[in-house]
Amino acid sequence: MVKRFLMLVLLISFALMILPLLREIRPATELPPLAQKYVQDGPDELGAANLVTAVVVTYRGLDTLGEVAVLFIATAGVGFLLRRKEKKLGSSPKRPASEILQTGTDFLMPLIFLFGVYIFVHGHLTPGGGFQGGVMIASGMLLLFLSNSATRINHTVLHFVESLSGAFYVGLCVLGLILAAGFLDNRFLPLGKLGSLFSGGAIPIIYSLIGLKVGSELVGILENLRRNDS
Amino acid sequence: MTIIIISVLGFIMVVAAVLAIYSQKLLTAIIATGVISLLASLVYLLLAAPDVAMTEAAIGSGLTTVVFLLALNRIRRNQGGSHG
Repeated sequence: MVKRFLMLVLLISFALMILPLLREIRPATELPPLAQKYVQDGPDELGAANLVTAVVVTYRGLDTLGEVAVLFIATAGVGFLLRRKEKKLGSSPKRPASEILQTGTDFLMPLIFLFGVYIFVHGHLTPGGGFQGGVMIASGMLLLFLSNSATRINHTVLHFVESLSGAFYVGLCVLGLILAAGFLDNRFLPLGKLGSLFSGGAIPIIYSLIGLKVGSELVGILENLRRNDS
Repeated sequence: MTIIIISVLGFIMVVAAVLAIYSQKLLTAIIATGVISLLASLVYLLLAAPDVAMTEAAIGSGLTTVVFLLALNRIRRNQGGSHG
């Protein structure tokens, strides 16, 4: 009883703390100064039609590098924790997937892969980018896992793709430091015409590498969790 | 109009969150969290943030749900019982 009462008091005091914030909220009529600078100078400086990508990959590129590192550490942790029981691989008889799922997978998987690649290649033009495209590729792989439980992924290829794309990403960042204004600067490649596929300097290349890295990492997590799963 | 849709979606999200906490079956809780993510991605789309909406839909409702389900499968198998 006392516990519940204390919880109620805590909730009410928390609500009172939040209430002034809620009352003072006003719809924003103009951008804050930093956002205004991004919106005004972004297209001319970086040549990316999708401003979100310009911010994520270049202006706030260090954060993206940190996110990629966090995802890498998470994948390494999952792989480390689930690595122990590797005996009796695929010994248990498994129920085959239904025909609807198998036929649907055969039809949809190439389309999902293509869409994932489209999303990260066009990251500087349309919404989306490396993370979204990579996750989409991983979900296509998941469909394959579900429909055919005997599917095995070549781990060597997976790790190769992952580490190579990560190394190239950091290499491109350093290249920006040497050839252009600073770390993660994309302007050492020609900016091109705003809105065309080959524009935005190094942004499409960086986002493609991030897409490959995220996709292979997530497929690795799924494969680790699924391995000798009944 | 948009504010009404967002309010309805938000209400369903709250209901799903309560369901996820109080449901006895773990499977129901996992599906409820997936529903929350899906509705959240719809809200992001309505608030003109397609990038965030895509991430939320793909990671939140797609991949996280599946990872939770795989983990649940492992827990069940290790316990050998009929939990969940």
